[in-house]
Amino acid sequence: MPSADSRLRVRKHDAVVQVEFIDRNILDEANIQLISDEISRIIDQESAPKLLISFANVDHLSSAALGALITINNKVRNKSGQLRLASIDPQIYEVFVITRLNKLFQIHESPEDALKSFA
Amino acid sequence: MKGTIVIRHNRIEVEGVQNALDAAMSAAGFTKASLFAVRLAFQEAIANAFNHGHKTLPHDTPATVEFSVSPHEVVIAIEDQGPGFQSETVADCTLDENLEIPRGRGVMLIRNYMTEVRYNAKGNRIEMVYRRPPPAA
Repeated sequence: MPSADSRLRVRKHDAVVQVEFIDRNILDEANIQLISDEISRIIDQESAPKLLISFANVDHLSSAALGALITINNKVRNKSGQLRLASIDPQIYEVFVITRLNKLFQIHESPEDALKSFA
Repeated sequence: MKGTIVIRHNRIEVEGVQNALDAAMSAAGFTKASLFAVRLAFQEAIANAFNHGHKTLPHDTPATVEFSVSPHEVVIAIEDQGPGFQSETVADCTLDENLEIPRGRGVMLIRNYMTEVRYNAKGNRIEMVYRRPPPAA
């Protein structure tokens, strides 16, 4: 369960855990570490995690946040899980394109589309 | 508008500079996309200064930010007190074999979003210029 000072909104759709960021800016390394730790705990609790990360409220993110996403992706994959990203603002999506991380992650327009994509 | 601000590694001081830049750019008529670009570059450069430049220095070691905002361009210089680094030694994070490495994207993003980027010889000072894009035809 998220704690009172959680940086995430977490909800479950059957086997899928959907997380959404509370912060509009995911820039600060200390904050990113908190978010990353919180998502890692969610992954640890699942045997084959199906994780959907929604960026619906996010205006800015940094390369440190991208790095945290890569680490999360590796953790999910190591547990034979599936990770989907959704609702990424066009300006932020461009950051994924520039870094070619749109090739690494499965990115969907909406959480609904992402939910349908889980095997 | 121009200024020189000495800041330490904490969110409030970094956001203070960021907010000043945002306000100056908005007043100069820059678009939301321009603000996004400069915000991203500034955040990456200041993170590099504190997290890499000052890695072996006391946490409260300050860095200096100089900036000027005119209707045509934004110039930002950040100088840390570290030993410096050579930006060309950063691996290309877009190569297939490097895609899953969690670090090393900051410098590349700065180069993509800013019009000009240069470092001093020591490598502890970055100067970034963002020029207003020509109006869409």
